[in-house]
Amino acid sequence: MSTVTIDKAAPTRKVKYGSMSRDRAWALKWSYFFLTIFAMFSLLPPLYMLITSLKSSAEISAATNPWWVYNPTLANYFEILTSNQFLRFFWNSAMVSIFVVTITMLISVPAAFALARMRFWGSATLATGVFLTYLIPETLLFLPLFKMFAAFGEFTGIQLINKWYVLLIIYPTLTVPFCTWIMIGYFASIPKELDEAAVIDGASWFQTLTRIFIPVAFPGIIAATIFAFTVSWAQFLYPLVFTTSTDQLVLPVGIITTLIKGDVFAWGQIMTGALLGAAPPLIIYAFLMDYYIAGLTAGATKG
Amino acid sequence: MADVTLRKVVKRYDEVEAVRGIDLDIADHEFVVLVGPSGCGKSTTLRMIAGLEDISDGDIMIGGDVINDVPPKDRDIAMVFQNYALYPHMTVAENMSFGLRLKRYPKAEIKSRVDEAARMLDIVELVDRKPKQLSGGQRQRVAMGRAIVRNPKVFLFDEPLSNLDAKLRVQMRIEIKKVHQKVRTTTVYVTHDQVEAMTLADRVVVMNHGRIEQIGTPNELYHKPATKFVASFIGSPAMNFVPCRLEDVGGKLHVRLTDRIAFPLPPARAARYQGVPRTDRLLLGLRPEHITEAKPHHEPGIENFDTVLDVTEPMGMETLIYFTLEGAQICGRVNPNAGARDGGPLRLAVDLNNMHLLNEVTGVVL
Repeated sequence: MSTVTIDKAAPTRKVKYGSMSRDRAWALKWSYFFLTIFAMFSLLPPLYMLITSLKSSAEISAATNPWWVYNPTLANYFEILTSNQFLRFFWNSAMVSIFVVTITMLISVPAAFALARMRFWGSATLATGVFLTYLIPETLLFLPLFKMFAAFGEFTGIQLINKWYVLLIIYPTLTVPFCTWIMIGYFASIPKELDEAAVIDGASWFQTLTRIFIPVAFPGIIAATIFAFTVSWAQFLYPLVFTTSTDQLVLPVGIITTLIKGDVFAWGQIMTGALLGAAPPLIIYAFLMDYYIAGLTAGATKG
Repeated sequence: MADVTLRKVVKRYDEVEAVRGIDLDIADHEFVVLVGPSGCGKSTTLRMIAGLEDISDGDIMIGGDVINDVPPKDRDIAMVFQNYALYPHMTVAENMSFGLRLKRYPKAEIKSRVDEAARMLDIVELVDRKPKQLSGGQRQRVAMGRAIVRNPKVFLFDEPLSNLDAKLRVQMRIEIKKVHQKVRTTTVYVTHDQVEAMTLADRVVVMNHGRIEQIGTPNELYHKPATKFVASFIGSPAMNFVPCRLEDVGGKLHVRLTDRIAFPLPPARAARYQGVPRTDRLLLGLRPEHITEAKPHHEPGIENFDTVLDVTEPMGMETLIYFTLEGAQICGRVNPNAGARDGGPLRLAVDLNNMHLLNEVTGVVL
């Protein structure tokens, strides 16, 4: 948004504002300079992946310019997309992500509403507590969690380890606290009078949540959804630990475990798989960003 | 019947008493305004009537039923908020009908009620717009429409005009009065603006420090204030107060302001203040309109004196003059042609028939 206004405003402004405009110009130059560096930093790896994915194994190992494709081929794509294994990984990833996002939103939206609005004893402490749980790293949690599920399997006979759906229980430990935290922030920014008006209009807590808060905080819900999806799509450590059979693997782990055989790296296919795996989040971002517009509460109250 | 009764209503926040035992009877169809400075407990009182705040002590009755523990939606009230509190994702019509839709009213009735309210408020062409496409005044009309369509027993207004600019405020004030004349719903209206209170109310309740200072019609409050607080709060510019004491000079009661200035009291006033101890420290209360330019011929109860003005404020139809008396700044209203100028001398007349005498210590009007 800001770049648009700057672009449009700059040419119409004929008047020199002295040092102010010069400072502004310098600030812009510097920000473009650093933005370019960061853009290159984050865009070069995917570009390299794309280049490599279009090469044959022979060309990858040949001592030519690694940034150029001399004999482009779609063999890697053909290979990956016709492999049942890869499609299974993709399917597992999709199922896990969709369910995790759903579970997360079903838990964290009502939880955030309760913590932000229903002032009950200890609600503020609880809200901080929710966020603190997010700060415990997964590297610290995966062993105790594994032990817990192993013990659960021993006692009940229900074996969850090495099943893709065990991830539906584990991922929310990452996504729920953070999404709840995001949603508390969004809900807290909704003016108090809005729920008071709803209460007087006769809405129950649940109706206030579903008919006022969720529509008004929709950009926040989109943000939380994107976050939950990204986390579950890209999660590596937990699926690596909890799933081992090839038919239970999700994409990131699947690519690594099946395309690296001993010390042989199928680089072309690894890059292709990674690139294809990165596509769904990109598509979802592009689609949801349209809805992710700020200022949806404009007009509710005196700004 | 939709009379509202408050009996010894108290609101306590931890150790602080925001409302300290209020008794108030609001008759059916009455328009009552709660007015007072910020923090006087007026909004808290309104929110207790609405059910948005718990009542710490006492009873609130609507139509004779105690509603202390009745949830807001079952109190049959509607509220208009200072910042409108419109649902931003709904159109004007949806905003207005939200309450009715929750109560599952038939569609046709909802539509006819919304249409009627929209016509009454002159927002018919806005019903399909979203709140963000409306101006402040339009939003406040929608907020009022949302209250009207519910056809409640009681309207509650919480400083509804405070967010509007001065001109719009005057206009909306008239609108609110018109609406009340049409629907005749019992109304409790909270404001800190005494002009709003005076112009809208059947009766005004002046609050201060969680207590009611005085209840009365606008004219009663203006002409017969009970305390210094009410006397100074109601009226603009505010009433003047000059330290004074009573004195008997030649068998007649005088009010002495300075060594130089003492006025004989008119007979009615003299009789009223006869019993006041002469040693009491008193305040002479005079409204600016009772300090005017001196008239050529003497009238009973009107006394002249000379002063030097500090500042003048020409308002067009009148000129406000400011001068100092016994350390107090005094405001008067004179004719624009009276020759008042900054720093200039002027002969003034005070109308003692409309004077007030207050005990300086207790603030009670004698």
